[in-house]
Amino acid sequence: MDNNELSKHALSVRRNIVKMVYDAQSGHPGGSLGCADILTYLYFEEMNINKENLSSTNRDRFVLSKGHCSPALYAVLKERDLLDEDLESFRQINSKLQGHPNMNYVAGVDMSTGSLGQGVSAAVGMALANKLDKNDNRVYALLGDGESEEGIVWEALMAAAHYKLDNLVVIFDVNGLQIDGNVEDVIGPLPLNKKAEAFNCNVVTCDGHNFDEIADAFKKARECKGAPTVIVAQTVKGKGVSFMENNYGWHGKAPNEEEFKIAMSDLKEAL
Amino acid sequence: MAQETRNAYGEKLAELIVKDEKIVVLDADLTKSTKTADAKKACPERHFNAGIAEANMMGMAAGLAASGKTVFASSFAVFAAGRAFEIIRNSICYPKLNVKICATHAGLSVGEDGASHQSIEDVGIMRTLPNMKVFVPCDQYETKALIEYVSKLNGPCYVRLGRGKVEDVYTADTKFDFSKVDILRKGKDIVLFAMGLMVQEALKAAEELDATVVNVSSLKPVDEEGIVELLKSHKKAYALEEHNIYGGLYSAIAEIKAKTDIGTPIYPIGVNDTFGESGKAKDVLHKYGLTAENVVKVVKG
Repeated sequence: MDNNELSKHALSVRRNIVKMVYDAQSGHPGGSLGCADILTYLYFEEMNINKENLSSTNRDRFVLSKGHCSPALYAVLKERDLLDEDLESFRQINSKLQGHPNMNYVAGVDMSTGSLGQGVSAAVGMALANKLDKNDNRVYALLGDGESEEGIVWEALMAAAHYKLDNLVVIFDVNGLQIDGNVEDVIGPLPLNKKAEAFNCNVVTCDGHNFDEIADAFKKARECKGAPTVIVAQTVKGKGVSFMENNYGWHGKAPNEEEFKIAMSDLKEAL
Repeated sequence: MAQETRNAYGEKLAELIVKDEKIVVLDADLTKSTKTADAKKACPERHFNAGIAEANMMGMAAGLAASGKTVFASSFAVFAAGRAFEIIRNSICYPKLNVKICATHAGLSVGEDGASHQSIEDVGIMRTLPNMKVFVPCDQYETKALIEYVSKLNGPCYVRLGRGKVEDVYTADTKFDFSKVDILRKGKDIVLFAMGLMVQEALKAAEELDATVVNVSSLKPVDEEGIVELLKSHKKAYALEEHNIYGGLYSAIAEIKAKTDIGTPIYPIGVNDTFGESGKAKDVLHKYGLTAENVVKVVKG
């Protein structure tokens, strides 16, 4: 698929993210918009996932460790035609599309997440299971730079490197923001690349909105043997919506009607 | 005979890991103490050390279980149930994954290591988790049967094991039904419900008290019907546990009684909302009233 087509899918994903959060008047638009390109690439190019193998664990799997960005996951599953549920049910009573993803409700959700950091540990367990089963399936986990402040993330990377899980790719979505402000002002988890290197991981950096760079990063991950890969992807929180970009105020807030119109207009013009 | 329940766990797990290819064992740098070292010896390729990182161990257990494995994860009860609690909640219980948390060194009978290592709250906190089943075996034979039983259940289980040797209550031939409480001795007027090593103390005390003794090894699900019948047929009930009087066996039985109009009072004999301390296990248990001698004293008033 060429970059133009990927961009079109990513744009559609972004439009659905904004719609879902607007309809629910609840949810996390900033981080979801920021990881939309990476998720689009993963589900359209990188992972061997399709309608036939969706309900099986014998395929590549993805753990959204930053579970609050569930709108991005649901929207990309929808875009890839792997989700039956109506996106409008997001965060509503009796819906399978929970605020944070539930693996038992949605076939395409590979791990229940929401409590930060834990998805990386679960992904390590999955990668270990793939090694035990001697299959070639790969495991991908996406987490935020703010999320890297959770100690369990580093316990998990230590284990991943120790067990030489080269079938595991951990993607740090570095948008520089968390609920209380700039990550560097809150507690200062950076630099992540040097920390991951010190934890004996193969580290690759990329622009998380550039499909060529994203493709190259995943290629380098596949080429690495004997160590897990950490992709440090620079992203823009709120990417695509003018007033949300780089604004931590849009971490977990829904747009009002006027803001929704501006957002949808921004996302139309981007095409 | 006397044997540690953790030893029985190690022996049984070593047997099961060879038989069942789905079993994967995780430990957090305590393999010799939790006895998962036996399973490691039997099948090193399916035993993984998570290092001193109990939180990540539980997260890894979740990921392995999400891949179809039956995971046994062990550490001391304080760290397994306590430190890793929220990972157990969100990554194991919420998605209902097939992880068996077999926690050793529970209760005051840890002895010399003192209060930091003496878990008195693990049954309480595990019992509050939806999808979690909670078991406390009292001797080696019950432990072995229970480990086999939980290995066949699908979903999260917590098994509480002890450090020290405990006298046999059962035999190698005993057939266990974990859906029922087990009436070990029939007496008159007084019923002693007990879990873990307090079962042995209850049996000793019952001789002098002519009391009924009941082993409650499945704390969740708990045999409500059986407990209601026993409350009805006795004048006074006691709950004996090497656990805080809040959240454990006393709470479980009081919760059942509260839903009925049965008048039988029920009293706790457990750790009275206090931390333990260092000492030989028998001395600590004695000081905190977890002995047959004290049970007799309390019951006789």
